[in-house]
Amino acid sequence: MNDEESAHASARHRVGSRSPSRRGLDAVPGSSQAPPAIRVSGVVKQFGDVRALDGLDLVVPRSATFGLLGPNGAGKSTLMRLLMGTAVPTAGSVEVLGLPLPEAAVEVRSRTGLVAQADNLDEELTCAENLTVYARLYGVAAQERAAAVARGLAFAHLTDRADTPAAQLSGGMRRRLQIARALLHAPDLVLLDEPTVGLDPQIRQEVWRLVGAIRADGATVVLTTHYIEEAERLCDEVTIVDHGRVLARGRPDALVADHVRSDVVVEVHGDDAARRRVAAAAAAAALAHRSAGTSVAVFTGDVEAAIGHDPRLSPGDLDHRLRRPANLEDVFVSLTGELLS
Amino acid sequence: MTANAPRPLGQGVCIIAALVWREWRVFRRIWLAPTVGSAVEPIIYLLVFGYGFGAIVTSVVGIPYLDFMATGAAANAVLLTGLIGAVVNGFFRRTAEHLYEGLLAAPIRVTELVSGEAAWTAVRAAGVAISTVAVAGVFGVNLAWTVIFVPAVGLVGGFAFACLGAAIGARLRSDMQLGVVAAVVFAPMFVVSWTFFPLDGAPAWLRWPSQLSPLTHVVSLLRAAAFGRATSDEVLVHAGVLLGFTVLFWMLAVRFLRRAVVS
Repeated sequence: MNDEESAHASARHRVGSRSPSRRGLDAVPGSSQAPPAIRVSGVVKQFGDVRALDGLDLVVPRSATFGLLGPNGAGKSTLMRLLMGTAVPTAGSVEVLGLPLPEAAVEVRSRTGLVAQADNLDEELTCAENLTVYARLYGVAAQERAAAVARGLAFAHLTDRADTPAAQLSGGMRRRLQIARALLHAPDLVLLDEPTVGLDPQIRQEVWRLVGAIRADGATVVLTTHYIEEAERLCDEVTIVDHGRVLARGRPDALVADHVRSDVVVEVHGDDAARRRVAAAAAAAALAHRSAGTSVAVFTGDVEAAIGHDPRLSPGDLDHRLRRPANLEDVFVSLTGELLS
Repeated sequence: MTANAPRPLGQGVCIIAALVWREWRVFRRIWLAPTVGSAVEPIIYLLVFGYGFGAIVTSVVGIPYLDFMATGAAANAVLLTGLIGAVVNGFFRRTAEHLYEGLLAAPIRVTELVSGEAAWTAVRAAGVAISTVAVAGVFGVNLAWTVIFVPAVGLVGGFAFACLGAAIGARLRSDMQLGVVAAVVFAPMFVVSWTFFPLDGAPAWLRWPSQLSPLTHVVSLLRAAAFGRATSDEVLVHAGVLLGFTVLFWMLAVRFLRRAVVS
């Protein structure tokens, strides 16, 4: 953790009272083990004819940073709603911090911070007011409220913007404020739904730093994303979901090792005909490969040695190529045959 | 674990207070447009109807027409502020603004959300009732001491209409339906509720719906407060019916909003 993350973490640590004794409330009587942060068992969620979740099972241990990776429509946002008690499962059970949902939704929300995908700051209110409203709603005691708001502003690097209306903030500032707002009550669990979608790369880095700070403070973090780099950089563990089901779960590097046969991939670029020839040659050599836009990804470190001699290739077919490490997108493709985004 | 057990009343009141505080802080920045609208509209009504119609019709149901329509304008302002404001909020806050998604990430209940929003709308409705009656006083309407009860009528009426508006807003599927609300709910209620014209000469089929309109009871109570001439029995009946509507609309708002935000 760098110095900045440490500063964020310590700023956040003082926001509320996430004390050991409060965590102790979760302990199952007669058991020394606190329940996991999240336990989802066989959850089905049907919206009319659409089955958003199809028998999903998930266990998120305490203090993990956990990624839900999947394409749009995979069921990630539906799962987030189930975890907040604003959606009711058609079948199966959902428990957060040991409490059943949706029955204990209010209690769960008092210990959970949600950073929703949609920007829902109050435009007319200042940064400080935006935080104060939620400090009140989260039940932060009146005498602690001003300090909690000040720490939230510091966490979001917006102390000098305390009196600026949210409508005048840049996209990155808004996102930081939204994250700080979800932390005012020092939640045990923080849910971030596509925290960087639509943000430019620099702002994405800022958001990642904040997530690192939340994680350093010991809270359980669950984030949904369809950005490979985000999942790989932030998460201890990733669950890949598609069509409302878990396809695979594990550490990002372990998933790559388990599901992609090579740790290096070569993307060969070319026109349609050239890509078809490369794909045919790879198939003949029993090499995993996939088409992605204007390239064919061949799962080998040395494409020249593997298929360079193949008579199907025309001269120059392998000239435009890029060698890169295998990533979670390759895992996803190898599991589904589809691209993530 | 007792799931979502009823919490102490004090906590619920704190949540409602926080929601009202939020509305107040927003209102401080946008007050000009709604305030000018609320203040100017009754003045236009008083000028056009009071002096226009008033020149033709001198008195109705035993009181000067200007007095009759001035209190009708106050009730109409309560209806507009409560109902239309809540319908618009109920729709846009749930959809485009994603506000309810944000608020319901905090440990608040749908009952508290409905109550907090309606409480603030009720305060605004009481404000427009007061300002309209005050303007009427300036225009020469004779007010009794009982006029001090006008804010209470505005509060209860505003709360009831805000809940009705929230219930409707929770059911809307597109902003195109806002016009339907104006045509199907607002306009008929306005017509059958003895606001700007009496219905004692109207056919029976037009008179009985007036008793089913909450606006009829709001305007009756406003007249009772402004002129102090109603009997206590009349006041109790109107107040009882209005409170009944308030409870019914609150329950509908909670039911429909819960259905809209928890699925």
